[in-house]
Amino acid sequence: MTNTIAWEPVIGIEVHVELSTRSKMFCGCAVDFGAPPNTNVCPVCLGLPGALPVPNRKAIEHILAIGLALNCEVSPRSVFHRKNYFYADLPKNYQISQFDVPVCTGGFLDITVDGETRRIGIERAHMEEDTGKSTHVGQGGRIHAASATLLDFNRSGVPLVEIVSKPEIRSAAEARAYAQELRSLVAELGVSDARLEEGSLRFDANVSVRMAGTDVLGTKVEIKNMNSFRSLERAIEHEVERQITLVAEGEELTQETRHWDEEKGVTHSMRTKEGSSDYRYFTEPDLVPMVIGDSWVAAVRDALPELPARRRARYQGLGLDGRSAAVLSDAPTRLREIFDEAVAVGAGAVAAANWVTGEITGHIRRTGIDAHELTLDGAQLAELVGLVDEGLVSPTAAKEVLEGVLAGEGSPRQVAMTRDLAQMSDPGELAAVVASVLASHPDAVESFRSSGEEKVVGFLVGQVMRVTQGKADPRMVNRLLRESLGG
Amino acid sequence: MTPSTPTIVEAGALLRSGEVTAISLLEGVLEVAHRTEAMLHAYLTIDREGAVEAAVAADTELAAGHDRGPLHGIPVALKDNMCTRGLETTASSQILSGYLPPYDATVVRRLREAGAVIVGKTNLDEFAMGSSTENSAYGATYNPWDIGRVPGGSSGGSAAAVAAGSAITGLGSDTGGSIRQPAALSGIVGLKPTYGTVSRYGLIAFASSLDQIGPLSRTVDDAALTLEAIWGHDPLDATSYPGEYPDLRADMTTGVSGLKVGVVSELAGEGYEPDVEAAVAAMVERLAGEGAAVVEVSLPSFEIALSAYYLIAPAEASANLARFDGIRYGLRVPGDTTESLMARTRAEGFGPEVTRRILLGTYGLSAGYYEAFYGQAQRVRAAIRQDLARVYHDVDVLVSPTSPTVAFEAGARVADPLAMYLSDICTIPSNLAGDPAISVPIGLDGRGLPIGFQVMAPALGERTLFRVAAEVERLAGFTARPEIELVAS
Amino acid sequence: MPVEIDIAHVARLARLDLTQDELAAYQGQLGVILEHAARVQTLEGKPEVESTHTLGLENVYRDDEVTPSLDREEVLAAAPETRDGYFVVPPALES
Repeated sequence: MTNTIAWEPVIGIEVHVELSTRSKMFCGCAVDFGAPPNTNVCPVCLGLPGALPVPNRKAIEHILAIGLALNCEVSPRSVFHRKNYFYADLPKNYQISQFDVPVCTGGFLDITVDGETRRIGIERAHMEEDTGKSTHVGQGGRIHAASATLLDFNRSGVPLVEIVSKPEIRSAAEARAYAQELRSLVAELGVSDARLEEGSLRFDANVSVRMAGTDVLGTKVEIKNMNSFRSLERAIEHEVERQITLVAEGEELTQETRHWDEEKGVTHSMRTKEGSSDYRYFTEPDLVPMVIGDSWVAAVRDALPELPARRRARYQGLGLDGRSAAVLSDAPTRLREIFDEAVAVGAGAVAAANWVTGEITGHIRRTGIDAHELTLDGAQLAELVGLVDEGLVSPTAAKEVLEGVLAGEGSPRQVAMTRDLAQMSDPGELAAVVASVLASHPDAVESFRSSGEEKVVGFLVGQVMRVTQGKADPRMVNRLLRESLGG
Repeated sequence: MTPSTPTIVEAGALLRSGEVTAISLLEGVLEVAHRTEAMLHAYLTIDREGAVEAAVAADTELAAGHDRGPLHGIPVALKDNMCTRGLETTASSQILSGYLPPYDATVVRRLREAGAVIVGKTNLDEFAMGSSTENSAYGATYNPWDIGRVPGGSSGGSAAAVAAGSAITGLGSDTGGSIRQPAALSGIVGLKPTYGTVSRYGLIAFASSLDQIGPLSRTVDDAALTLEAIWGHDPLDATSYPGEYPDLRADMTTGVSGLKVGVVSELAGEGYEPDVEAAVAAMVERLAGEGAAVVEVSLPSFEIALSAYYLIAPAEASANLARFDGIRYGLRVPGDTTESLMARTRAEGFGPEVTRRILLGTYGLSAGYYEAFYGQAQRVRAAIRQDLARVYHDVDVLVSPTSPTVAFEAGARVADPLAMYLSDICTIPSNLAGDPAISVPIGLDGRGLPIGFQVMAPALGERTLFRVAAEVERLAGFTARPEIELVAS
Repeated sequence: MPVEIDIAHVARLARLDLTQDELAAYQGQLGVILEHAARVQTLEGKPEVESTHTLGLENVYRDDEVTPSLDREEVLAAAPETRDGYFVVPPALES
C-alpha cells in the first residue's frame, strides 16, 4: 500500500446511569429489578389516562453529585422536556427528559491509559426516566423469528442520568478507560448499583474518523448494544476499522445507528423508519422549573465522598507508588478505612498498604467474607506494622500473627505471645546461640576465613534460625556472626 | 314543565331539616334524567348503584350527626374525562370504550370525602376538544332551552344536566372556555378557577398547561360551595398551588361599590350578536349604578390569543394523546407489527376533531416549524400575561360576554372548524394567563336563549371574582328555567 | 400566507394510519387553521418566555418514599392482550 494518509478516530460516549433510589423518578413505585413483571407499576409509570409526574428529590441530588464529581456547572434554572417518539415500551409515547437546559453542563473526567493521563471533556449530564422492558419471543417460545413482544413496565420510570462526553476520545482503549472510570465514580458516589450485567450502566458510542491533524469531523455513526467494557472496546475497534477501510477506498459513510453483534464481533445497520428522529421537544407542562440554588449545591458537595482520582493522589502523597495507590483506591471501603486508621496512628503507609492489598485482601478472597466482617481494625494493623518495624516479629512470623488476629485470637501483640512468635533479639542470648553454632561448624568458619564467601554467612544464619526455630532477629544474627568471624 | 330540582343551598337546608333525604334527592334527579335523557343525552353513564350506595351512606351519617358539609348528600354530575375507579371513563372517545380506571381522580376522591353522591359521567366533546358537545363518539348532547341547539362545550353534558335538573351541581374542565361557554349557552354559572388550585390528577389531559377543573352550578353560591369541596393543594400534581387559598365568600354580599371594572374593548364588535352585546352593556351600566367605576380597557394581544391557543393546546394534546396506542388499555385494532397496530388503532379510535388537532399540534412542534408556530405562540402567551398585568394595575376585574353568540343550532358549525374555534374567543385569554374567570347568566335573548356575562380576575383573585359575580347575579335576577317537554315516565 | 404541510409526514410522526382521502382533507383544513394561527407572527416585540406556570411555582419534588403499586390483575384486566403477567404486542419493525 502506498496510501500514507493516517486516519484518526473521533469518539464520544453517552452513558446512561440508572440511579439506585428507593422509588422511581416520577412516582412512588419501588425500584426493584427482581420483582415479577408488572408488579411495580402505577397510573404514572404505566402512562394511564390522567396520571401526573412528580419528581423524586433524591434523584436530583444524585445527578447533582454526579455533576459535581465530573466538575460540571450546575444550571441555576433547569427544566424538563417531553421527547416525543412512539415505542411499545415507552408508556406515554414520550419520555420526560431534558433538552436545552440540562441540570449539569461542561466538565471533565481524567482517565489513565498506559500510564498516561488524559482529560476527557463532559458535554452535559441530564435527568430522564427509563423505559419498560421488551422481551421478543417466538410463538413456540423460540427467541429467533420473534412473533410477539412481551412488555414489563417495572423498569418504566426508573431515574436515569445521561452523561454525554465531548468527542475527545481517541481510541477504543480510551473509551474503555473512560467507561470504567465513570463506573467506579458512580459506584463510589453511591448513586447507582453500577452493575453492567443488570444494565444499570449502558453505553452508546458516536464514532467517526478524520485525517489525522485536521479538525474536520467525519460522518458520525452511533453504535448501540455494548453491555460490557470489553464489548465497548471491541465494538469501537471494529467500527473504527470499518470506517477507515471505507474512507480509504474513497467511499461515503452513511450517518446511521449500528447495532453491535457480540457473537459475530461486527456492527450492522439498524433500519429506522424515516422521520423517526424528529423528537418534537417541548417544555413538560406537568412539571415546574428546577431552581437549584447555591445552598443546595453546597450541601450536596459537602456530602460527596472522596472520589477515586483525588484518593489516588492522596495515597501517592503518602509515599505509595502509582500502581499501589490505584490498587488500594479500588479496594473495598472498609479496607481503605482500616488503612487510613492505621496510618493515622503512625503506621508506615507503604507497609500498611502492602498488608491491606496483599495478605488481608487474600484472606477475604479465600474466606469469601465481607470486609466489614473483619475482626481487624486500623489500630491493630498499625500494631502489626510496628511489631515488624521494631524487629519484635519477623516478616514471616508476622503473617502468622495476622492469621491469629483475623481468627479472633486477640491483638497482634497477644497473638505473637500466645503463639510464641516473638523474635529473639536479646543480644546476650543470641550471642550464646551464635557461639554454639560456630563451634559445631568449624569447616564453614575455616572456609569463610580463607575465601570470604558470602554464601557461607548465609548458611550460618540459616543454622542459627534453625536452632531458634525462626525466632531469631535475622539482622542481629547477621551482625553477631560477622563480628565473631571478624569479617 | 320545569323541573323542581333544588340548588345546593336549598337542598342542604331541606336535608338538615329532615324534609328530604339524600335518597329522595337522588331519586328526584334520576327521575328528571329518566324523562329528559332521550332528548338531551347529557349523561354517558348513570351509576345508579354507586349513587344509591353513596346516598344511603349520606343519610346514615347525617342521621348520626356526622355532617361532612355542604355537599353531603348532594347529587353531582361528573364530566367523563375525570377518572372514577371501576366506573367507565371514556372522555367520549371510541379509543377508551369500556375503560375502567383503577384509580379515582383527586377531585373524585375529594367529592367522595365531602359526602357527595356521584350520579354519573356526562358527555363531552371527545377529549374535551370542541365547543358544542357534538364531537362525541357516543352522540351529541342537546340544549335544554332548545333541543335543536347545542349546549356549548366541551362540558356540555354537565351543563345540560345541571340546567335540566338531572343533577344539582356538576364538574367540568376548562381548557379554552369549556366550562364557561356551555354554562353561558345553558343558562347556568360556570367557573374556571386559577390554574393550579384544583388538582388535575386523574383528569384525562387535553392541554396540561391550560386544563383546569371547575364547577357548573345553578347559582354563584352553589359554584362557591362546589369549588370549596374540590380545590386545595394536591401533592400528586406538581403544578398544584401549595399556598393560601382565597376566602370565596368573604365579599359575596359586599356589593361592587368602589370597585374598578374594565370592559375589554377587543371582546366586542364584529361577530357578536346584538342581543348579547346589549345585555352585557346593560349589566355594565347597572354595575356602574351600584357604584363600580367602569372603564374601557384595551388588551391588543387578545386579538391573537385565539391563534396562540390553537397552536399551544394542540401541541400539548399531540403528546398527551400519544399514550392511546392500543397496548395497555382501550381499543386495539390488530396489526402485523407494533407500529401498524398503533397507527391503525389511533386512526380508528380518534374522531375527526381529535385527529385534526393531533396533526395540527404535531406539525407546530416539528422540525423547521417550531419557532414560527409553537415557539411564537408561547411569546404571545407571555405578551397576554404582560398586557393583563398592566391593566390589573388599574382595574380589579375585567368583564365581557362569555360567548359572542347564544346557543347555536346543532350541526351549524360542524363543517367549519375555524367558526367553531371562534366560539371561544372571549374565554381563551384567561386560560392562557392561568387566571380565574366566571360566567353568570344575565338574561335571555329575543328567542329565549340564555346570555352569559364573563367576569375575569387576576390569579388567585377569586374573592373579588365572587364579589362581582354575586352582584351580577343579584342585579340580573335571572330565575328563568328551561321549559322541557318531558317524555312520559 | 399559504402554509406548506407535508401531511403524510406529520401523520407518520403522529402514528396515524390515514387514507389518502383523509390526508388530503386534513391537509386542506390544517391549511386554513394554520393561516389563521400564523397571526401569532404579527406580535410586536419578543417577550421572554420564562415559565408557563401562572403562579410561578418552582422546585416541586416528592420524597424518595415507596408507595403501594397497583394490583397487577386490575392493571392487566384493561389490556387488549396479556400473557403470563406481561402485556403483549406484535414484534416491532426494528427488532
